[in-house]
Amino acid sequence: MIQVFKSINIDWLGRRRLFIGISVALMLAGLGSAMFRQWKNPNGTQAFNLGVDFKGGTVVTTRFNQPTTAEAIRGVLARQRVTDATIQGVTDRPNTFLIKVPLEGTGEQSQEEVEQGRKRIRDALNTIGPEKEAYEILGTDAVGAVAGAQLRNKAIAVTLAALVGMLVFIAFRFEWTYGAAAVIAVFHDVLVTLGFFSIFQWEISLTVIAALLTLVGASVNDTIVVFDRIRENRRLHRRETLYKITNDSINQTLSRTVITQGLIILSVLALVIFGGDVLRGFSLALLIGTIVGTYSSIAVASPIMVWWEQRIEAANKAAALGAASVPNRPPRAGSSKVKAEALTARAEKHPRGAV
Amino acid sequence: MKKKNLLQRVIITAVVTLVGLYIVIGPRRKPTLSDFTWSGIKATLQANIRLGLDLRGGSHLVMRVKTDEFLKKLTEGNALAAQTSAREAGYPPKDVKVEAGGGTYRIILEAADPSKLKEIEEAVKKKVELVDWISSTSGSTISWTLTPTAQRALAEQATDQAQRIIESRLDAVGVSEPLVQRHGAQTSHQILVQMPGIQDPERVKELLKGESRLELVHIVSPPSPAPSQTYATKEQAEQSLGGTVPTNRKVLPYAERTEPTTAGDPAPAADKPKQWVVVEWPPIIDGSELRNASAVQGRGGASDYQIAFSLKPSGAEKFGAWTGANVNQYMGVVLNDEVKSIAFIKSQIFDQGEISGRFTKQSADDLALTLRSGALPAPIEYMEERTVGPSLGNDSIRSGVRASVFGLLFVVVFMLFYYRGSGVNAVVALLLNMILMLAALIVFGATLTLPGIAGMILTIGMAVDSNVLIFERIREELLTGKTIASAVDQGFQRAIVTIIDTHITTIVSSMFLFVFGTGPLRGFAVTLVLGLVINLFSAVYVSRTIFMWQLTRKRRVETLSI
Repeated sequence: MIQVFKSINIDWLGRRRLFIGISVALMLAGLGSAMFRQWKNPNGTQAFNLGVDFKGGTVVTTRFNQPTTAEAIRGVLARQRVTDATIQGVTDRPNTFLIKVPLEGTGEQSQEEVEQGRKRIRDALNTIGPEKEAYEILGTDAVGAVAGAQLRNKAIAVTLAALVGMLVFIAFRFEWTYGAAAVIAVFHDVLVTLGFFSIFQWEISLTVIAALLTLVGASVNDTIVVFDRIRENRRLHRRETLYKITNDSINQTLSRTVITQGLIILSVLALVIFGGDVLRGFSLALLIGTIVGTYSSIAVASPIMVWWEQRIEAANKAAALGAASVPNRPPRAGSSKVKAEALTARAEKHPRGAV
Repeated sequence: MKKKNLLQRVIITAVVTLVGLYIVIGPRRKPTLSDFTWSGIKATLQANIRLGLDLRGGSHLVMRVKTDEFLKKLTEGNALAAQTSAREAGYPPKDVKVEAGGGTYRIILEAADPSKLKEIEEAVKKKVELVDWISSTSGSTISWTLTPTAQRALAEQATDQAQRIIESRLDAVGVSEPLVQRHGAQTSHQILVQMPGIQDPERVKELLKGESRLELVHIVSPPSPAPSQTYATKEQAEQSLGGTVPTNRKVLPYAERTEPTTAGDPAPAADKPKQWVVVEWPPIIDGSELRNASAVQGRGGASDYQIAFSLKPSGAEKFGAWTGANVNQYMGVVLNDEVKSIAFIKSQIFDQGEISGRFTKQSADDLALTLRSGALPAPIEYMEERTVGPSLGNDSIRSGVRASVFGLLFVVVFMLFYYRGSGVNAVVALLLNMILMLAALIVFGATLTLPGIAGMILTIGMAVDSNVLIFERIREELLTGKTIASAVDQGFQRAIVTIIDTHITTIVSSMFLFVFGTGPLRGFAVTLVLGLVINLFSAVYVSRTIFMWQLTRKRRVETLSI
């Protein structure tokens, strides 16, 4: 049989400082970009390049029957007093352009802009020639400010609720520390991915949210595979330290990780390359998300879980020493929970807060 | 492993596979031979799977019912009624004010004689429906305030009513398979309308928004044969009332209709300049008394359409009584706050009338339609409008399918190369998963959208993962020196725990998306949950069955291709 790894023995947790450093650096880069752009607005950018789905405005996808340029379209629109439009060519479709008009007014006026957005652009384009002959409107998205905020808030709230649901379920199946570590790792993945979207100013649309949800699912899946192995190994090898068991578990599941996540990443890469402009945001979010998600299961979720469990251990031990008057009843020892294992020299070398 | 157990598994697998396959590619009628040709299957597939608007093309509108305006209108109506009933009872109030907005709806009546407050309150109570209003008196005023509970209930009613009216209007205009449903939180009073196949929603949008209100009013004017009293400007009309318009009068614009000079004149003379008239308020008859309305061709040829209407029995009775008592008075037909025509009463009229205004056929049809379906209880505003052309939808399907097929082929080749014979198991399980996922979508009548395809892609990823988990585990067990049968057995048993944990975690979080999410979030959750549940069957049960079958075929198993 062909094997990815024969036998491997990598001390993953030993590199946790490096891992956490990389993660923190990535998150800080994203956060820095978001804050800098929000305050200074270089080139008119903001923290995130939100699409009309979340910011409100109108996008009309138009295909022209004659080759044309963004400049020419802008000219036509400007003559009809649509001056604030951004024109963006769709590279994988001939003569197709996205015409975007942001919301300008507030209240009643912005309401008018939403209701008339498509009509305004169409009226302007009609000066080139009649619809269907000179050009064809392939699709429109006109979203009001209220609806945009509503979509945004709903997406955030529901995603957070889903994360809480995960936390509770993992806590129920494992320990709450495992649940917390998994959710922190997923949160980290989402933040890093969003960071890339801020740095490169890729547009965030509803499909990007679908991609974020997909990566949340894939990342938690990957983390649970490792945690499951840790749980199993703790039952089998009660004497081993959590530190070693975690390293072993990561190594044992590594070939699965490489195969599965590798297949997913390669498929997503195909989507980035062949998926076209319309799906670009979606496929980029998935690509970054799956790479970061694979990394975070090993480099974020596991160290956090180990660190937390060790802190609890240390606290229990301290409590046991404090309760020296009842020496024959060490706390939690002998309970069916595997948590109450003895700490080893290695773990003791790294007291609380070492990670 | 018992033979009987295996037989049972094989039968269940075969039955589920065949049923699933038939649900996906079989027609929903008696099948013929041509249904199983390539093009036949393609056609049935299209008929069976319900595609979302983003894939099949159409319009998606989200609108909000302005319920605050509905409550305001209600408050004003009640204030007017309170004033009238107080006057009729012999206590004309000094002033009636309305406070509407910011969540407060209140009628404040200031009595001319503070000692008569009790009597006024009694008189108003008898005539005006004020059950949901809390009354209080202080000094010389009585105020009625609408309770928050009633506000919510009334706003809710108005939204429901608007939804029904929108449904009937869409129905009447002939939109096929429209979807009309409440959108977002209950208190947001939003309605979602989806219209497959409608590329240009402009006309439908106007039609839905149309608030055609018809009123028949008494024009304040000396009776015929004197001409009806009209004013050149709004100010002049208001001047005739002494500068301020009392609540029982209204000043309305009047666009007088010019008779076409000859029948069929294609370009009749331009409208005379707009004039103004003073009318009595409330109207004699309003739109709620309308029984029917339809567009009829007038004398003026193709561009001259009129709207003929008839009244309900109750309205006809009222109208008959009024016209009988007011012969030679002027009456006006008011459409959307504009007087369309003025005529004097020749004799008593009961239930028929017409509105002339040189409408085109389409505008007459649309007006008649909005009149028939009743007035919207409150105006609506559009919050979201999306249209997808069929070519864009087709492209999305094509690139989605292309990406999935690429990904799938890639996975299949890898699995066969890496896991050899066992790779076949994985491929069979994967294909079965996809077939059953489509079958489940069809059975539950779920709609496949672009985010739904994203959910499918994640499912495929997790399905591959399940197989990798199992196979890697079997390999591990083999490496510890176990026999093949026990390695397979152990491998499955161990991997199942992980598979169930990962699947249920994802299902739990998807449930949140399904229950609380809207549109795209939901489409994603639906395919994901269905796909994962099915995967527990295809990747665990079916794959295991294939292994068992392979192991029992040979008497002594010495090698396993994995």
